Amino acid sequence: MGSLELVCPAGSPAMLRAAVTSGADAVYCGLRDETNARNFPGLNFSPEELADAVEWAHGHGARVLVAINTFARAGHVEAWRAAVDTAVAAGADAIIAADIGVLSYLRDSHPGQRVHLSVQAAAGSPEAIAFYADAYGVRRVVLPRVLSAPEIATLTSSVPVEIEAFVFGGLCVMAEGRCALSSYATGRSPNLSGVCSPPEAVTFERSSSALTPRLAGLAIDRFAPGEPAGYPTLCKGRFETAGETAYLFEEPVSLNAMGLLKALRDAGVRAVKVEGRQRGKAYVSRVASAFRDAIDALDRGETLDGYERRLSDLAEGGRETAGAYRKRWR
Amino acid sequence: MTAHRIELTLGPLLFHWPEARVRDLYARIADEAPIDRVYLGEVVCGKRGPRVATALAEAAERLDAAGKAVVWSTLALPATARELRASGELACAPEMVELNDASGLAQRQPGAPFVAGPFLNVYNEAAAAELARRGCVRLCGNVELSLDALAVIGANCPALELELFAYGRLPLALSSRCYHARHHGRHKDACQFVCEQDPDGLDVRTIDGEPFLAVNGIQTLSYGVHLADAPVNRLREARVQALRLSPQTGDMVEIAKAFRRFADEAIDPEGLRRAVLDATPPARLVNGYLTGAPGLRAVAIPRESQP
Repeated sequence: MGSLELVCPAGSPAMLRAAVTSGADAVYCGLRDETNARNFPGLNFSPEELADAVEWAHGHGARVLVAINTFARAGHVEAWRAAVDTAVAAGADAIIAADIGVLSYLRDSHPGQRVHLSVQAAAGSPEAIAFYADAYGVRRVVLPRVLSAPEIATLTSSVPVEIEAFVFGGLCVMAEGRCALSSYATGRSPNLSGVCSPPEAVTFERSSSALTPRLAGLAIDRFAPGEPAGYPTLCKGRFETAGETAYLFEEPVSLNAMGLLKALRDAGVRAVKVEGRQRGKAYVSRVASAFRDAIDALDRGETLDGYERRLSDLAEGGRETAGAYRKRWR
Repeated sequence: MTAHRIELTLGPLLFHWPEARVRDLYARIADEAPIDRVYLGEVVCGKRGPRVATALAEAAERLDAAGKAVVWSTLALPATARELRASGELACAPEMVELNDASGLAQRQPGAPFVAGPFLNVYNEAAAAELARRGCVRLCGNVELSLDALAVIGANCPALELELFAYGRLPLALSSRCYHARHHGRHKDACQFVCEQDPDGLDVRTIDGEPFLAVNGIQTLSYGVHLADAPVNRLREARVQALRLSPQTGDMVEIAKAFRRFADEAIDPEGLRRAVLDATPPARLVNGYLTGAPGLRAVAIPRESQP
C-alpha cells in the first residue's frame, strides 16, 4: 500500500514555501480573483507568482495543484478560461475544477492537462464520479465531507480514479457546492463568488453584557464577556427553533481526522487534504509537519496515539470533530 | 415578435406530507389548476420515497388523464445504494425526467432528453451548453441565479427552454445530516419521520427572534417565500418559458390562477403579490436573488435591466 500524499493549502507564495518545507507532498493554491473558492482580500497568487511558485516547488520535489473551482459567472466565462490557460502555462501539476463549463474547456482546449474534481462538485457516489471521469477525464476526486470511513472504502474500490479526502480544518456542514445560505443573507456565496459568510458583511456588536457577531445584520451567535467568540460562519451559529436556542446545524468545531488516517489509507484513499488557505504560514507549518510525522509513523507501522492531540489548539474554539467520517454525526 | 405563452409548472413537493394531503394536492391540481406540467417524486430524502410512492403513482395517472404533462424528478443528494437505485430507475427510463444530481447524468442514456433541475449546478452559458449537448432540453436554474444571468444563458443557448423558480420557500442547502432529527435529539437512521410535523418546514429564527430559515429534513430553505414578481417583459427578455410553483400548504390552485393571470398580463406584480398573500399562510415575500441582491430582500424589480 502506497504512502498517503499530503496536500496542504497555500494562500500566498510564503505559505506555499512554508508548507513544502514542513513536509507537504503537494500544495494547492488559486489565482487572485473570483475563480477560486477562497477569494479573500490579500490572498492568492498573481500569474507571475504562480509560475515562480511552481518552479520553486518542483525544485523542492513538491507538486502544485491550482484551484479554479468556483462556478463561472454567466457572461464572464472568459475569466475562468483565462485562469485555466494561466495555470496550464505556469506548469500546474493539476487543475482543480468543479464547473462543467470549466471542465469542458479543459477537456477541449487542454486535453493533456491533469484534472482533479473539486469538493465543490460534491461528487460522493460511484455514479457521479463515473460521470466526471468519463465526460472530463478527471483523475482524482476530492470527496465531499459527508461520507463515513466505511462508505469511503466501498466507494474507492468501485471507481477508476484517485480519491482525496479532507482531514483537517474548516468543516462544511452542508454538501459542498450545494449551499446558498451565505448568498441568501449577504448576496455572496461559494458558488456565486468564491466566499462564504464574507468578511465585509461581518460586524461585532459589543455591549456590557454580551458580544454579538452579526452577518449582514443578522445575529449569528451571542457570547458572554470573556467567552471565546469565533468568526460568524452562518451554519455554525446559534439559532432558535420551536422556542429552543441551539447550534442547529453544527457547533463551532473544526475537522481533525488524524485519528482516522490509517482507516482512510486502508480504505484506499490516495491523498489527504488540509483546509485553510486563509490561515497563514505559521498554521500551515504546524499542520503540515504534524501530518508529515503522522503519515511517516503510519508508513513505519506505528500507532498514531502520540499525534492526535498535537493540533488541538488550532481548532476553532479549541473544539474538534471527526465529522461525518463517524456515522453518528448524521 | 409575438410574445410566447409562459407555461406554469408545479415543482416536486419538497416537504413530507401525509398521503391524504399528497392525494388532495394533486387531485385539486389535476381538476382545477391552470398548470401545464407537474414534477413528481421525492427529491429531498430517500427515506420518505416509499411512504409516498403509491400516492404519487396515483397522482401521475390522474394528472395525465387531466391533460397535464408529468415529469418525474430525481433525488438531489442520493447517497445510499437504495437511493442511487431509485434515481437510476428514473434516469434510465425512456420518459422525460428531471435530473437533480450528477449521478443521474451518468445514468441517463446519452442523448436522451432531460430537464436539468435547480439542484444541478448550472451557473453559466458554458455549463448550460455542455448539458444541452448531453440531451438537456430545459433548465430550471439554481435559485441563486439573477434574471440577468438567466438572460445570458438564454441568449447563448436558444434551443434550451428556461424555467424559473417563481413561488415558494427557496431550497438553499442540502446536507447529509438531518436537522429535523437533530432538533428532536434523534439520529437520522431513527428519525421516526418527525419532519412530517412541519408541512412547510420548521421555522428557524436568529437569537434576536428574527425569522430567517426553515429546515426540512436534510434540506434548509428560506423562511421568506420567494415570489418572482418581475415585470413580465423582464421574464420574456430573459427567455423564461415556464414559471415553477413549489408546493406549500397555501391554496396552490388560487396561486396558480394568480400566476396565470400575471403571466397573461391581466394583473401586474402588485396584483400578483396581493393574490399570493391571500392564498398563502402568513408569510414574508422575498425576491432579492432575481436582481443579484441577497435572497432575503424584497426589492422592486424595474422594467428595465440595470447594467
